[in-house]
Amino acid sequence: MNRNFLSSVTIISLVLTLMSYASSGHAQSAQEKGLAIAKERKLRDKGWGDSTGNMSMILRNAQGEEVERKMHLKSLELVDDGDKGLTIFDQPLDVKGTVFLNFTHAIEPDDQWMYLPKLSKVKRIRSRNKSGPFMGSEFAFEDMSSFEIEKYKFKYLRDETFEGQASFVLEQEPTDENSGYSKQIVWVDKKHYRVLKIEFYDRKGSLLKELVNYEFTLYLDKFWRPLRTEMFNEQNGKSTELITHELNFNTGLSDNDFNKGTLKNVR
Amino acid sequence: MNNTWLDFSVNRPKTVLIIGFMLIIATALGAKNLYFRGDYKVFFEESNPQRTAFEEMQRTFSKNDGASIIIAPKSGNVFNLQTLSLIHEMTEDAQQTPLSIRIDSLTNFQHTWAEDDDMIVEDLVYDLADLDQQRFDYIRSIALNEPNLVNRLISPKGDVTVINVSVNLAEGDQTAEVIEVTESIKALTDKYKAKYPEHDFYHTGVVLMNYSFATFAKRDFSTIVPLMFLTVILIMWLLLKTAVGTFSTVVVIASSIAVTMGVAGWFGMFMSTATVNVPTMVMTLAVADCIHVISTMLYGMSLGKDKKEALLYSLSLNKMPIFITSATTGVGFLTLNFAAVPILADLGNLTAVGVLFACIFSLTILPALIMILPIKQLPKQISSSKLSYTERFGEWVIAHHKRILPFTLVVAVTAIGFSFNNQLNDVPTDYFDKSTKFRKSTDFQQQHISGMANLDFSIFTDEDSGINKPQTLQKIEAFSQWLRTQPEIDHVSTITDTFKRLNKNMHGDDPNYYLLPDDRELAAQYLLLYEMSLPYGLDLTNQLDMNKSTTRIMTMVKNVGSKELTALESKAQQWFTTYAPNLKLTVASPALMFGHIGETNMASMLEGTLVALLLISGLLVFALKSFKMGVISLLPNLLPAGIGFGIWGIYSGEVNLGLSVVLSMTLGIIVDDTVHFLSKYRHARISGNDAEQSVRYAFASVGRALWITTLVLATGFSILMLSPFALNSDMGLLTSIIIVVALAVDFLFLPPFLMAFDRKNIKQELTHE
Repeated sequence: MNRNFLSSVTIISLVLTLMSYASSGHAQSAQEKGLAIAKERKLRDKGWGDSTGNMSMILRNAQGEEVERKMHLKSLELVDDGDKGLTIFDQPLDVKGTVFLNFTHAIEPDDQWMYLPKLSKVKRIRSRNKSGPFMGSEFAFEDMSSFEIEKYKFKYLRDETFEGQASFVLEQEPTDENSGYSKQIVWVDKKHYRVLKIEFYDRKGSLLKELVNYEFTLYLDKFWRPLRTEMFNEQNGKSTELITHELNFNTGLSDNDFNKGTLKNVR
Repeated sequence: MNNTWLDFSVNRPKTVLIIGFMLIIATALGAKNLYFRGDYKVFFEESNPQRTAFEEMQRTFSKNDGASIIIAPKSGNVFNLQTLSLIHEMTEDAQQTPLSIRIDSLTNFQHTWAEDDDMIVEDLVYDLADLDQQRFDYIRSIALNEPNLVNRLISPKGDVTVINVSVNLAEGDQTAEVIEVTESIKALTDKYKAKYPEHDFYHTGVVLMNYSFATFAKRDFSTIVPLMFLTVILIMWLLLKTAVGTFSTVVVIASSIAVTMGVAGWFGMFMSTATVNVPTMVMTLAVADCIHVISTMLYGMSLGKDKKEALLYSLSLNKMPIFITSATTGVGFLTLNFAAVPILADLGNLTAVGVLFACIFSLTILPALIMILPIKQLPKQISSSKLSYTERFGEWVIAHHKRILPFTLVVAVTAIGFSFNNQLNDVPTDYFDKSTKFRKSTDFQQQHISGMANLDFSIFTDEDSGINKPQTLQKIEAFSQWLRTQPEIDHVSTITDTFKRLNKNMHGDDPNYYLLPDDRELAAQYLLLYEMSLPYGLDLTNQLDMNKSTTRIMTMVKNVGSKELTALESKAQQWFTTYAPNLKLTVASPALMFGHIGETNMASMLEGTLVALLLISGLLVFALKSFKMGVISLLPNLLPAGIGFGIWGIYSGEVNLGLSVVLSMTLGIIVDDTVHFLSKYRHARISGNDAEQSVRYAFASVGRALWITTLVLATGFSILMLSPFALNSDMGLLTSIIIVVALAVDFLFLPPFLMAFDRKNIKQELTHE
């Protein structure tokens, strides 16, 4: 029922957006414009299908000491729901082989399972929390899960040039009350609708973190992916760099590969 | 001697006043730069080893400075709908606290449990709608059995609960932030006090302590300083009975204070709980100078001199004693620079500056003012009955000197014996008087849940994810258990409790699995899973460093003395050398910083006192123009402090930071009495009198002046006792005691001593050589 409600909301808002586009010249509210930009962003990224990737996370503390974490990812795009993802941890060695399966949902808590190789058991994690740190990094789990329109209320703020690129600046307010943020300010470039930068504000409205994407690379002639992302925590001076070493599309993954029953066999 | 510059202020008073006040105002303008600093870090040098250890720990883990909101339902039971709703709502609202990074409460405690192969991570109280009696009982049993909660966030009886708000305070001056946070916490509390009137609220925590430091310093400034002014006016009026003299004195002390504060401001200094005493001290010391000048002038006028003549007479007689006593007092205060506590050094420097200006002003501004103001040709003869009273007292001492000397010796030795009762003890919460709100709150917290002090233990493995190793975990667990057996410790938060709980959860909540994981990979995988399931702000960064090579065990400690705290620290280090030689331990916390500072400061102040003693004795040899007298003066200069600390040993026995500076501070002050007494004594001896006659002369000529200045000084310093802040009130009390004792020593011990041991006729001595 919830799903139906949501999709009807989506349809209505889509219709509204189209109408507002059609009647261009008609004054568009900041909310409408924000939503339209977010939708275009989602739309431009539609159809990537599936991917596999290899990543490093470099954790740095305020004193500049650093430590590296490694993992590889498998992702599957879903049209009518959030994406599915598998994270396989490679480093540190004591968590090697641990697999994390996540079904992103816009409003309800994600479905999450974890395979612990040492226990050789799959555990389902039931938690409303999605803002905890991912592997001790400055990324919260919610920063890494897929972008869904229903997760936020949008508001267009202004146009701005960021690092030489003409951009829209949007405010997005999480709809989930368990989010760690009161709002995010997002810089989306006008040409490709790629996210260039995000500012994360904590629940009391103070700037918490800043994310900047670098080294955008085009895949399948359509999909831009940043190969390097920096997340800097403004409050404690720690930062995390996320580096994508390898990224492949059309790898032939299917829904069957994202199954809690077969987690033990995931490599 | 060249008197021209002093004559100038008598001959050209208007010029002196105009130039003087222009300079005074220009200097005093610096006071606009002054600001209050309330953070406890002002007590510690940047290189203080306990401070660097603490700051290092704060960098490795997330900061745990904070404010605690203590909630006591009048029903005596936390586990009911009303109270749980209150905690739940307040926890949510507390996230709006400026600079807050973490809120810990009973309701947002991350409760984990198992259902089949599901692991559930949820706030202990998530949904208020589904609360019923059964659920209350369940929550109660979870809370009271959770080692992470009991004695930290919930009392063992379940009657008092705490919400902890951790904040991220900047390095350096935190006063503005501390005030902002505290005011927000207070506003939050007021809101819920109105909404849930069946509850009592208290505030404690390091932030509140800092806030109290700042507010009490400000309050002392605005209450004690005006009171001191009134007292000075009253004393001057009673003793000298001259309106012009009183007015001029008030102008001189006000100028001295204004200029001192101005200098502090120009040098970019700040006001603190210590430097807030500067005006009172400067005032006290400046009054003495003025009294000498004015009373001698009045004496001159009573001899029939006119005002101008009498003033010049007074200045020429007093300039040297005022200079010498100011110099010795200044030296005494300057040796506070030996203190390991920066604000005590500030106190010493500023007061020394004030004493210097008081000396200058009482010799320039004061005579100039008296010159231009109308003063009646001799008010009244100084009452002769008092004069003879002092003399009669002197006669009594002379008559009974053979009995007084052994008696005073016995009293002195006994008192000094009691001074060994004193123990260094710095308990920051005890700095605040029992009548203060902050102290009442910490006492309430101590009574029901835990002390306010925390003590944090960092355990280093120096290995990436080294904490996960089973042998390391076992050591941490054994150490945590050892900590729990220590009588001083109320609460221990350790990562091993989390590991045991996770292991149980991972085995279907089988209590037999409430054990540490016996495998490094297993432990690491538990942690990975658990960390991802935690909400924002409740992560493990307060217990684990970035690469899980270091863990922090956080304990709540009873508000015990510094001895117990530092002993606990050494016992913990000893435990590690014995049982875990491969692991490194550091212990740190604000309480531990205070625990060490008393000892460090006392050691450095003893050095300072020694230097003060040498310098001051040197000055005395110069002033009394006699090496022998300089040596004799050591006794009456040192005895008062010994006896004073003896009295303190009987009265309290606890010596805090404030008292460690009393020794060198009083040395510079009490020396004045000795200077006056011995210089008159020596003057008489050189004129050919024997010891008895010389003592008589000394009593007659300076006896009255001595008890007047003692009265002024003792009153001035005892006004500090009104401070609700023990560092200041104890300092004021002990200083007053020592000043009074010093007079007693000069009147009761010194004369018999001189009569017993200074028998040789000086002239004979000279001819024999």
